[in-house]
Amino acid sequence: MSGAAVLPRRAAAARRWHRGVPARVPYVVIALYALMAVLGPLVIDYDPVHTPLQDRLLAPGARIASGEIAWLGTDALGRDILAQIVYGARTSLTIGLATVLVASLVGVTIGVVSGYARGRLDAVLARIIDILQAFPAILLAIVIAGVFARSVPVVVLALSVTAWISFARVTRGVALSLRERAWVDAARVMGVPVRSIMVRHVLPFTVGPVVALATLEFALVVLAEAGLSFLGIGLPSTAVSWGQTIANGQQYLETAWWISTLPGIALSLLIINIGILGDQLTARYGQRRGRI
Amino acid sequence: MIRMIVRRLLIGLFVMWGAASVIFIIVRAAPGDPVTVFLGPDASREQIDRLTAALGLDRPLYEQYVSYLGDVLRLDFGESYRLGRPAMEAVLERLPATIDLTLTATAIAVIAGLALGLLAGRRPGGAVDRVVSAATIALQSFPTFWVGIMLVLTFALGLRLLPSAGVGTPAHLVLPAVTLALPFTAIVARLTRSSITEAMSEPYVQTARSKGLTERQVLLGHALRNSLIPVVTIVGLQMGALMGGAVIVENVFAWPGLGSLVVGAVANRDYAVVQAVTLLIAGIVMVLNLAADVLYTRLDPRIRTEARS
Repeated sequence: MSGAAVLPRRAAAARRWHRGVPARVPYVVIALYALMAVLGPLVIDYDPVHTPLQDRLLAPGARIASGEIAWLGTDALGRDILAQIVYGARTSLTIGLATVLVASLVGVTIGVVSGYARGRLDAVLARIIDILQAFPAILLAIVIAGVFARSVPVVVLALSVTAWISFARVTRGVALSLRERAWVDAARVMGVPVRSIMVRHVLPFTVGPVVALATLEFALVVLAEAGLSFLGIGLPSTAVSWGQTIANGQQYLETAWWISTLPGIALSLLIINIGILGDQLTARYGQRRGRI
Repeated sequence: MIRMIVRRLLIGLFVMWGAASVIFIIVRAAPGDPVTVFLGPDASREQIDRLTAALGLDRPLYEQYVSYLGDVLRLDFGESYRLGRPAMEAVLERLPATIDLTLTATAIAVIAGLALGLLAGRRPGGAVDRVVSAATIALQSFPTFWVGIMLVLTFALGLRLLPSAGVGTPAHLVLPAVTLALPFTAIVARLTRSSITEAMSEPYVQTARSKGLTERQVLLGHALRNSLIPVVTIVGLQMGALMGGAVIVENVFAWPGLGSLVVGAVANRDYAVVQAVTLLIAGIVMVLNLAADVLYTRLDPRIRTEARS
């Protein structure tokens, strides 16, 4: 009897596991990028200022003067492309994580407070969002990152200025619908302070949608950062970033296609996988994409 | 209808005021003052004082702000120190190139997006649908500037079919416009697919079928027509993103529009041009959003009657 019950269950679990395999791909890919960003620089040496010109514009797989193999080729200054991709991963992931952290903290706080409080505060928030969205997000980031001194914190700030908006929108929606629920009413009637209601009874419900949104925002932020670096805006010239490497390769397209092509593939693969993961999480947590 | 437009215009004016203020704050908070940028490092004390007074930078901040708002109203952003002429004049000269680029890209995105969405939505879950879904995810994930470079590599340098940069002939427009259009094509395709799929189960489609219309007539005449309404909305809503994309694409292809102008201006601290371009783009986006809203209410009779009542 029990054996008969166990078997289908096991079979069902196996089927679920098999069906789940494609769904796990994004986790694996993103984990590999994270590993590359954390451990890569410990394994591979790279100095953007060191320019061995005798190794310039070598094709992928060619041997450099020191006898090592440049698996992904070298750029116009003889610097290794693989190393630039590895170090660039660190830059992109750092800026992406920092921006999403700042944007979600600001956005969630503002969203919960204004959704719960409603009234004038909520109206002011709506107008602020209107004003910030008058500019294309990337244009505002270009202007902010462009006028201040080049540094990572400035880039994070420039990207956070618009990135918090979708977090505020989503959490505001959750807070608005929760404030009418019985347990929130009960807490209010029992005299629980407003701040405790927001933290203990409203905030926990925003976690799912916020995590899903954070994933999608992370992809947008990484893309935006690459765009800024491509334009030569924001990061100090000593920083290694995919956008910058792609820009450097643009004038050598005819002779050395690999300089621009390969970092772009690295970037696209990461964004595609984060996007798929974000869509999965969004489907699971039942909130619409905050993008539109 | 009129009332709604007036209301939206008032909000738009408020938003433009806010946008102008945001730019004022950013430019004022920026390190390095415009006077030293303008005169260069060799300027004498006297020259610096004279220009500071001429630009009104010695007055209190709120006075500067008020006179700045006055300048914005007159569309006067001052001289560009780099170009040696009024900033707005230089900006307006670059505007047509950007309009050409964004209009062409919008046309490509709408036509290709509708076609792809129609193909995919006809049989949800079918092979075509799956290919289109995968393609739209990829198109939305690729960085535009990199796609542009890859298109140059393939069509300009590899196949030698099209010019890689610059302006002149319609052929010069092809690669930049396609690059800019691709992510928006994906958005339109996704939206069309979902609204076609939804429409196919609506009663009016069943009625059309039971009248004996061919599947083609049902799709194009009934399902697609209704799917156009959300497409108009999304195109309007995406105008900001499209202008943002244009800024990047113009820099890939050395396209002489607002985008390449503003990036050069930011890099050289030419604040007069930065202010003129950002506010002009904000204004254009606002007007287009409004136009999309109005068009949307015209297209959908249900909303039209609601707005009237």
